[in-house]
Amino acid sequence: MSVGKTVLELEDVNKTFGAVNALSGIRLSVLAGEVVALVGDNGAGKSTLVKIAAGVIPPDGGKIHFDGEVVDFRGPMDATKAGIAVIYQDLALCDNLSVTANLFLGREIQNSAVSPLNEEAMESKVLELLSELNVGQIKEIDIKVGSLSGGQRQTIAIARSLIGQPKVVLLDEPTAALGVAQKVEVLKLIRRLADRGIGVVVISHNISEVLEVSDRVVVLRLGKVVANFETKNITSDDVVAAITGSKSFS
Amino acid sequence: MSNQIQSIKVWFRNQLTADFSVLPVGISLLFLSIIFQSLNNRFLSGENLANLISQNVPLALIATGSVLMLLIGEIDLSVGVVSGLCASIVISLNVTKGWSPLSSIAVGLIVGALIGLSNGFFVTKFGLPSFVVTLAGLLTWQGVQFTVLHSSGTINLPDGFISSLMSTYLSKNMGYLFALIALGIYALSILNNFRKRKNANLKARSVQASILKFTVLAVIILGLVRLLNASRGVSAAMVFLLVVVTIIDYVTRRTKFGRNIFAIGGNLEAASRVGINVKRIKISVFVLGALLASLGGIFASSRLLAVSTQSGGSDLLLNAIAAAVIGGTSLFGGRGSVWAAILGALVVGFISNGMDLMSFDSETKLIVTGLVLLAAVSIDSVLRSKYRKRG
Repeated sequence: MSVGKTVLELEDVNKTFGAVNALSGIRLSVLAGEVVALVGDNGAGKSTLVKIAAGVIPPDGGKIHFDGEVVDFRGPMDATKAGIAVIYQDLALCDNLSVTANLFLGREIQNSAVSPLNEEAMESKVLELLSELNVGQIKEIDIKVGSLSGGQRQTIAIARSLIGQPKVVLLDEPTAALGVAQKVEVLKLIRRLADRGIGVVVISHNISEVLEVSDRVVVLRLGKVVANFETKNITSDDVVAAITGSKSFS
Repeated sequence: MSNQIQSIKVWFRNQLTADFSVLPVGISLLFLSIIFQSLNNRFLSGENLANLISQNVPLALIATGSVLMLLIGEIDLSVGVVSGLCASIVISLNVTKGWSPLSSIAVGLIVGALIGLSNGFFVTKFGLPSFVVTLAGLLTWQGVQFTVLHSSGTINLPDGFISSLMSTYLSKNMGYLFALIALGIYALSILNNFRKRKNANLKARSVQASILKFTVLAVIILGLVRLLNASRGVSAAMVFLLVVVTIIDYVTRRTKFGRNIFAIGGNLEAASRVGINVKRIKISVFVLGALLASLGGIFASSRLLAVSTQSGGSDLLLNAIAAAVIGGTSLFGGRGSVWAAILGALVVGFISNGMDLMSFDSETKLIVTGLVLLAAVSIDSVLRSKYRKRG
């Protein structure tokens, strides 16, 4: 695995909701080709952090650098256009549409703005993408997404984020609702994203999973970064200690 | 040979599990034909079928709009009244004010489009449920319709362009020519699809299934033309309806606009997250739905040769929504096809016409139509929960 330059960097990011300091002085950098796990107890600020990086909510202070430049996202579309893809827990797939239609939703291929959809071009690209990602479990691409299993749907959601050629992919609890075998498949897929040179951020509650998939573990506690571990140097006890605050690492 | 049987089996299974399948409604039509034909052998006569189809062209046009509304997960309860109001405006301008038929129709359609725009505006701008907005519309536009017809109450339509909309029939040869052109276009589109998939190196679709589909369609269309030709022939209104529905079907299945409609109905949140302009698409569909209702109203007035304060009232609205749902459109959004409107309108028409032939009273007709609607909605709900379980 080759880790490249910094693609996403948060510098002293703050966010308050009323009297609550959701995030204060957050520093976080994500390198191309690495998997960063974001862990912390409920209310530690993980989701807020992802929403800020995804342009869903603006930070109150601090800077976001993306691909070497300071960016100011006015909305989620700005972040998507810049190259940040987010995969939310609810996946947001259209059950009534086919695998292909879901993957290209909102960016369908047309020969010109007024042409009909170019189904063939889209299908070819989907087949190419799925074989690149080495996901064998999705055989038919004109099948409706509603009839797929949870793991297959997660795979579709991840594959969809790749259609826009993102540099950073943020995943919110990607394995929360999955069975054991499906979990393994999705973790492998996350690893493959990093191998493609994408910077990956994974929010997770499952510590063994975090240690398995990530290169670095960033621990949030009460809106602050309390630890930034190299995964290879730590045990699950260290992570738990940082999450609960029973031991200080900074 | 066993390979062919296998591929037909697969096609059959896909049909049953597909989002929109003509199979249930097709079987209902077949079933109703057999019952009514065995009870009264005039049911499938050319004369009765011609009558039945022309009776139901206005309903099918309005139901096409209802399908589009249901696809985005909305409902328009004002379509009946909108059809009556627009017809009243058109006939009143044409007959009372002496305007030309085409300019009268243009004004009627513009009014219809503006009503759709207003419904869409209130639903998207203030986030109101569409059934409330259109229920308010139902009352409002009925009041406006009464005002338009105030002086007379009823306006009769003399011979002219508007009355000829429903009374024009194609010659026998023209009927066959039209059927062959339609089948030719269908065959070309299948071949074109095969060619494009081959060029893109994609897995070819089943040849047998395509041949089977084409053959079934050809037998039905040519058989229908033959039956109708034994009487007055194929009506121009029916041709108009088929052209309109074919175009809208193409738009919903093959264009970005259509894909957006299905996405909004399937998962609104997902659609807006990928940047689809949900408000614009919704408003467009409200406008399209109201336009189709207006067209339906104009054809209905052409058939009755009059407009009155009753136009667009009675059970027209419920039949339009029933036709859409019986045809296989989901009430929960995102599943269905505009062909459902025609097929569902035929089921509603079959029941009504068949029971007329057997001189049932209108009470029984209402009860039977209601039960069929209930069955259709139940099937829809069961299919949807099956989706959920597998998802």
